[in-house]
Amino acid sequence: MKHLRIILSVLFILALLVTACSKATPTPMPTKAAAQPTKAPEAKTKTLVLGFTASNTGKYAKESKEQTQGLKLWAEAVKKKGGIKLSDGTIVTFELKSYDDESTKERVQQLYTKLITEDKADLLVSPYSSGLTAAAAVIAEQYGKIMVTTGAASDSIYKQGYQRVYQIYTPASRYLTGAVDALKAWDPNAKKLAVVYEKTKFATGVATAAKEYAEKNGFEIVLFEGYEKGTTDFGPFINKIEAAKPDAIIGGGHFQDGSTFAKQLYEKKTPVKMIAILVAPAVPEFAELGDAAVGVIGPSQWESLAKYSPESAKAAGLAWCGPTIDEFVSAYKAAYGYEPGYHAAGGYAAGLVLERAIKMADSVDPDAIKAALDKMDVMIFFGHIKFDTGEAHGLQIGHDMVYLQWQKDKSGNLVREIVWPEAAKTAEPLYPLQR
Amino acid sequence: MDVLIASVVDGLLIGFVYGLAAMGLTLIFGVMDVVNLSHGALIALGMFGAYLLYTGLGINPYIGLFFVLIGGILLGMALYGIAIHPLLHGPHLSTLLSTFAISMIIVGVGTALFTSTPRNIDISMGALTLGPVRILGTRVIAALMAILMAVGLYIFMYRTHTGKSVRAVANNRDAAELVGIPSTRILALSFGLGTMLAMVSGGLIATLFPFSILSGGTYELKSFVICVLGGLGNPTGALLGGLILGLIEGFIPVFMPVGWTPVIEFTLFVIILLVRPSGILGAR
Amino acid sequence: MMMRYVREPALWLSLLLVIGLGIWPLVTKSATLREDMFLILMFVTLASSLNIVLGYTGYVNFGHIVFFGMGGYIGFYLIAIKGWRLIPAALVAALGVAIFAIVLGSIILRLRGAYFALATIGVNEAVRSLVVNWDAIGGAVGLEMNFGRYKDYGGPMNALWYTYTLLVIVAAASVMLSYFVRTSKFGLGLLAIREDEDASLVLGINAPRAKTIAYALSSIFPAMVGVLFFFKNGNIEPGDAFRLHMSVEGIVMIMLGGYGTVLGPVVGAGAYERLRGFLLTSPLFKNLQLAFAGILLLLIIIFVPSGLVGWLRNRFPKVRRILA
Repeated sequence: MKHLRIILSVLFILALLVTACSKATPTPMPTKAAAQPTKAPEAKTKTLVLGFTASNTGKYAKESKEQTQGLKLWAEAVKKKGGIKLSDGTIVTFELKSYDDESTKERVQQLYTKLITEDKADLLVSPYSSGLTAAAAVIAEQYGKIMVTTGAASDSIYKQGYQRVYQIYTPASRYLTGAVDALKAWDPNAKKLAVVYEKTKFATGVATAAKEYAEKNGFEIVLFEGYEKGTTDFGPFINKIEAAKPDAIIGGGHFQDGSTFAKQLYEKKTPVKMIAILVAPAVPEFAELGDAAVGVIGPSQWESLAKYSPESAKAAGLAWCGPTIDEFVSAYKAAYGYEPGYHAAGGYAAGLVLERAIKMADSVDPDAIKAALDKMDVMIFFGHIKFDTGEAHGLQIGHDMVYLQWQKDKSGNLVREIVWPEAAKTAEPLYPLQR
Repeated sequence: MDVLIASVVDGLLIGFVYGLAAMGLTLIFGVMDVVNLSHGALIALGMFGAYLLYTGLGINPYIGLFFVLIGGILLGMALYGIAIHPLLHGPHLSTLLSTFAISMIIVGVGTALFTSTPRNIDISMGALTLGPVRILGTRVIAALMAILMAVGLYIFMYRTHTGKSVRAVANNRDAAELVGIPSTRILALSFGLGTMLAMVSGGLIATLFPFSILSGGTYELKSFVICVLGGLGNPTGALLGGLILGLIEGFIPVFMPVGWTPVIEFTLFVIILLVRPSGILGAR
Repeated sequence: MMMRYVREPALWLSLLLVIGLGIWPLVTKSATLREDMFLILMFVTLASSLNIVLGYTGYVNFGHIVFFGMGGYIGFYLIAIKGWRLIPAALVAALGVAIFAIVLGSIILRLRGAYFALATIGVNEAVRSLVVNWDAIGGAVGLEMNFGRYKDYGGPMNALWYTYTLLVIVAAASVMLSYFVRTSKFGLGLLAIREDEDASLVLGINAPRAKTIAYALSSIFPAMVGVLFFFKNGNIEPGDAFRLHMSVEGIVMIMLGGYGTVLGPVVGAGAYERLRGFLLTSPLFKNLQLAFAGILLLLIIIFVPSGLVGWLRNRFPKVRRILA
């Protein structure tokens, strides 16, 4: 009897080992394969594999979903157009290949290595979040592949000497500087600021830059402190913030912690005049917080009410390319049933920038595409796109932030309005907060 | 000063819930000398249990806790049969690893079913304002329920026949058998009680903070620290340890950056293990 | 004395296995294979070294990964911030971690059984939290290395192969160390401690010193592996460096392959990594990888506690000469 059990277990283990040692053919997650049948049989078709990882599960799931949806919408648009036509008649189409990185860095590095070495990706898009993108960028650069990053604002990535990584988002250092400007404009008497941030690459970068900027503008930083990634209980922290008696709280991190923080600030009825936190307010699901969301300000890479258009491009002396804001918004709404936030817009913009680079280079040769990206100076629905080619190679230097605030419209629904900068305003700001 | 009062109150309230979780761990150790490494996974299971009953069947989480309680005892007894009973007479490593294996299975299946995307039980029980302190209703209720359960456990252990049998087996298993106590059944029940306490505390925590199937790990670590503080095997010690930990977590952020709390907790943990492993109240 | 080892088939078998696996990608020049083998050899080293404390001395060390993390941080700091080269950085990291292990070991090895296990968890978490708060070495955000550093090694591709080759050497060395300890008088002392520590004290074995030496020996190679791993990754963060989960996976590998044997951790690491890799990329099993590992561990503990190699040794005494 005892021998039987042992033999069965050993057989089980051996069976597992045998299956494991046989070459496992991994199947990538089913994503859109956009292979387009060419109209003219003689024209050459070149299919470029575009590789990326998405956080389908884990703490970045919500933001990443928006980003991937944006990218897929772009791929659909290219497919509908029949691909990109080069001057020598070649038609370029894209095949998207992606895996779930589960919001963890370890998976990102394994999967990007796989995308490059096994799936033969020609071009790469980053995962969502600066942390994961930093991990992916190393791999991309090690194999010499071009990677466009979206959903990744941290400046530090672009100080590592990479030559093939290009940033779509406004860098972290410019994230909350506008909030400081706004506070100064709305209330010259408000002088005390609490800067509290998630201890991640992105949020730490934003907070440090914001602190320096605020101090330069005459503010007193009554509290500058970070909280651990994954904090769910902000109780003790909020007690500490209240004790410092700030006029405004700025900072935060990503969606999960930001929304919990906002919720707990509301529950504790913290008496503060302005709350500006990162990422969370710009994700459509922030509205689920209900009354806790009212008045919360968030910096946004893009809003549907922004004023980027072919006319404003001409006025600024820039070329224009791609869909208008309205075209993008209606296409997104038609595909997914709700209005896009900036994460989705960033995803679309990443694809659009690659498309333009290929068109400008008039080739699919990586070096030519790189040269085109280095030279790029264009306005798209997302804003002005231009990359640094000096020491901080790839850093986004053309794009700026707008600041949105959740308010209740006449029928009591929660909506996002742009409240800063003045030129882009769509509604009056709610200041000070009634808490 | 206000901050201090607010911190003390917040800390004590959450401390009761931590203590409840730790009681489960310490009970199992006290009765059968086993460190239950699936403790965290069970806490996470309790969180999901309450969550699913609430979102799926619309049952109020506090009422749902009752079902979590029953489920916990049954699950615990089953786990005892699978992972503990065959290994009780072996080296310590065996039960450490088998309970860890259970934890891997629970977390693995849980991740497959629920993914690691964070969840929330969205209920609001208002808030009380006592002077400078604003206390959330959910925290008060969680603390009250934890106290209720602790009292219930005490009554069980000291006033009922079965409870006394548990204490007898904990004291000396062979002697207990000699007086006619079915020790295997009692051990199974004890493991069930330990599991139940973990799951119920999980359900309570779920009403306070967002969670995922991976959240159990943090609370398991806290439970270890609490058990060592209060004395491994001593349920009253666990409750006391929980309160102390809650106070530490409330206090530290006031005087230094919030990030230092885990450093202090774990350093304290290692120091106590070295200096007074039997804990403050003494192990049993 | 060394000549005796040349004639021992068990040593040759273990070494050939490790070196054979290691050379394979170098011969085929396949990057994918190299990446797979990198992970496998990394775990072979971690498991083999952990075995010295867990398998030979019988002390359950849940915090083994702290050596990997500390070594990684020391080495990465020296390379990225101070501009050192890889090999000197790895050696200094190993030295630093070994000293830490001696100091820490002499304190916590006084504890027994479950208390020791809990203490090792506490140490890992305490070090991790400390690093998170220590901004000079990057804090929660971690450290990054300027990409240009790879030029010192002939560009990133060369650097990756170079790092891999070093890892093969480190893995082979850790297996050799495991073998030497196992077959030495010192190792016999450890086994005696495992069986009954108090009895071994009576027999005249200086248990506290022996345990501390074992603990320090087990820390050297994980530290080196840490440096290699994070150099390859180009960045290091506390969350990656001190992942408690990796410690436990090491324990699973030892139990799977054979607790207290030299070949066991090698076999266990290889099998577990392959299985894990297969489960992770298969969409059906992707999320059940952890559950499978758990079931596997449970079955092994209950039915085959001496692991694969251990079972073979018990069942067929004749193979004991070649399966150490």
